Amino acid sequence: MPRLDRVGFGYGRGRPVLADFTLDLPETGTVCLLGPSGCGKTTVLRLLAGLVIPQAGRIVGLDGRRPAVVFQEDRLLPWETAWQNAVSRPDPAQRERAREWLCRLGLGDNLHRRPGELSGGMKRRVAMARALASEADLLLLDEPFTGLDESAWRHAADLVVAAAEGTGLLTVLVTHVPEHAAALGAAVVRLDGPPLRRLD
Amino acid sequence: MVWLVVSLVVGQELLVPSPATVFVTLIHLAGTPGFWQAAASSLVRVVLGFAGGVVIGVAASVLTTRYPVVDALLSPLLRVVRAAPVASFIILALVWIPTGRLPAFISFLMVVPVVWENMAQGVARQDRDLLEVAQVFGFGRWQTLRRVRIPLLLPFFAAACTTGMGLAWKSGIAAEVISRPPIAIGSRLQDAKVYLDTPEVFAWTITVVLLSLVLEGLLRWTAGRATAWLAAGPAAGEGPEVSDAAA
Repeated sequence: MPRLDRVGFGYGRGRPVLADFTLDLPETGTVCLLGPSGCGKTTVLRLLAGLVIPQAGRIVGLDGRRPAVVFQEDRLLPWETAWQNAVSRPDPAQRERAREWLCRLGLGDNLHRRPGELSGGMKRRVAMARALASEADLLLLDEPFTGLDESAWRHAADLVVAAAEGTGLLTVLVTHVPEHAAALGAAVVRLDGPPLRRLD
Repeated sequence: MVWLVVSLVVGQELLVPSPATVFVTLIHLAGTPGFWQAAASSLVRVVLGFAGGVVIGVAASVLTTRYPVVDALLSPLLRVVRAAPVASFIILALVWIPTGRLPAFISFLMVVPVVWENMAQGVARQDRDLLEVAQVFGFGRWQTLRRVRIPLLLPFFAAACTTGMGLAWKSGIAAEVISRPPIAIGSRLQDAKVYLDTPEVFAWTITVVLLSLVLEGLLRWTAGRATAWLAAGPAAGEGPEVSDAAA
């Protein structure tokens, strides 16, 4: 079972973001880390993605899992089109999958536009398509529905649920909006901090 | 216009020749094979020095940003080269290097620190957020280079090249003036000065400026093409070409 085991982490010499933090995650399914902005939940996502390593404790049960992240800030390559951005590996099947996800997310008419030509909501959906098309088995979503209107985020949430169904995918959603967690049918872990602590 | 007014006010062709005189001199010079030989050999020297400077400057930036030891050793040296007067290097190098090769070496020496500094700045300012995307999605070394690092560095490289090209010309011609290789713009410039042929001094100077501008334009065009190539969107709808090429 994936587990953050007494993890400690901080940026620079300031107050630690995580101190002796333990969290058990299921093998598959969706977990939502719900908490106010700045409490340290994004740091948990970065630890799970392997972008930072724990300064104390350890993370177990994630070996061999391929992560995909929908970052809070989209992080699209400005010089690539929506379609190119959604392709993370250069093989034909992946390209086709990227195109399909973009179409499902309502971007079929914007495949060849660059991020500078897309609205904030469209960029969000490109970032989601990139993550969903990458065939990850650890999907990490950092406030993925911010900037989308209600019908768009509900549609995107339905697609994430459908993508996860019947697969071994573990999805971790970070949000401060309870409705987003509910739309994904996620098991909610309430958090506060820093340092990050569970409320329940 | 300013030139014309100044030459009319001064009224002495020896001091400030009129644009018309210089133009006639330039046309006359262009009709001689010696002009083209001098221009071609100076061009080759400057371009060789510039190209060598770009290669070594880029290599130095990679090494100094990656290895702190190399940075500690190389950076002070490059800063000294950048700050020292070009004439000092020319005079020093005259002792060690044959006159034919000296201008290329001086151009090279002036270009290296400019390229190094620009590229090192580019590497230091690389968008870490986008590099994290490459890491998370497992782009691998080649895809990260092609899709993220090179496009991020391209503006810095283009700026380094255009600045470096101007410097290569200035320093290369200065080196020719002092070292006087047999066939060179700088040597002809020096001859014209010795014989007080001011219109010819102007004509050669204009030639250098024109050559420099043409090469700079060529560089800008190439940089533009490279940016367009990297950002080559599948405008016709055939697919994501950037990823195709990375395959």
